Amino acid sequence: MKHLYTWSAILIVVFFSVVGDILIARAMKKVGDVHEWWDRGGLWTVVGRVLSRPSFFLGITAMAVSFFSLLFALSWGDVSLVAPAAASLTFIGNAFAAKIFLHEKVDRRRWIAAMLVAAGVALLAG
Amino acid sequence: MTFRKYLVLAGVTVFAAAGDSMLSHGMKQIGSISLHHLLGVILALLNPWVAVGILLLLAFFASYMNALSWADLTYVLPATSIGYVLLALVAKFALHEQISLLRWLGIVLISGGVGFVAGGEALTSHGHHQSPPFAKGAQDGAAESEVASAVSSGAQR
Repeated sequence: MKHLYTWSAILIVVFFSVVGDILIARAMKKVGDVHEWWDRGGLWTVVGRVLSRPSFFLGITAMAVSFFSLLFALSWGDVSLVAPAAASLTFIGNAFAAKIFLHEKVDRRRWIAAMLVAAGVALLAG
Repeated sequence: MTFRKYLVLAGVTVFAAAGDSMLSHGMKQIGSISLHHLLGVILALLNPWVAVGILLLLAFFASYMNALSWADLTYVLPATSIGYVLLALVAKFALHEQISLLRWLGIVLISGGVGFVAGGEALTSHGHHQSPPFAKGAQDGAAESEVASAVSSGAQR
């Protein structure tokens, strides 16, 4: 039963962290290359364009929810399981979600990279 | 990829690693904060390590968003994981901590994964507002430019 709780907590952390990353990435794609906007109108043009994106605020909210559920999970779960499992599953989840929702071309090269990084993070954080 | 963009990616990596380690160093000095004393969180901000750690994490987030404006999420994310490698190397060479064989294996896997992604294109999605001005005229020579980009990505590897 404790396993079930721990893994549900991990999945909740991963879910909100993927949602947050996807929403922020989507907002920034809509904003466009900030270097060009910076050259054209300076810092406040960039800030204004970012703040005019609703998905930016939704993304920040999702990231905050993910952060606090991680803190919550860490307070009673096993740290050596929760932290690396959440970090590495987020990489895999993001690769799926980026392909589906952001239409990124996640080819074999990127799949292999996501798997290698997820495995490496699990080993380092554990 | 311009030099400026490589600097942004370096910022993503370094700010995340430095911010995380300063924050955790500061929080260890303070000790555990209980849910019943949430005031403790505010007091934690007075600790210089915590304050600087938060500033660095804000800098991380700014460079992360900057990178996402011109590169894919699946391109930027592996770069953030290099921070784990940096932290392990700092622990080894600056703090003289022992690194287990499993951790070295983790470092190798992450570096390999990042190398895999870095060899490819930075942007594959087409959500961009502005297309570069030369994109339309270049369509006639699309086949040639495809060959050219295949050659150049081969060379990058």
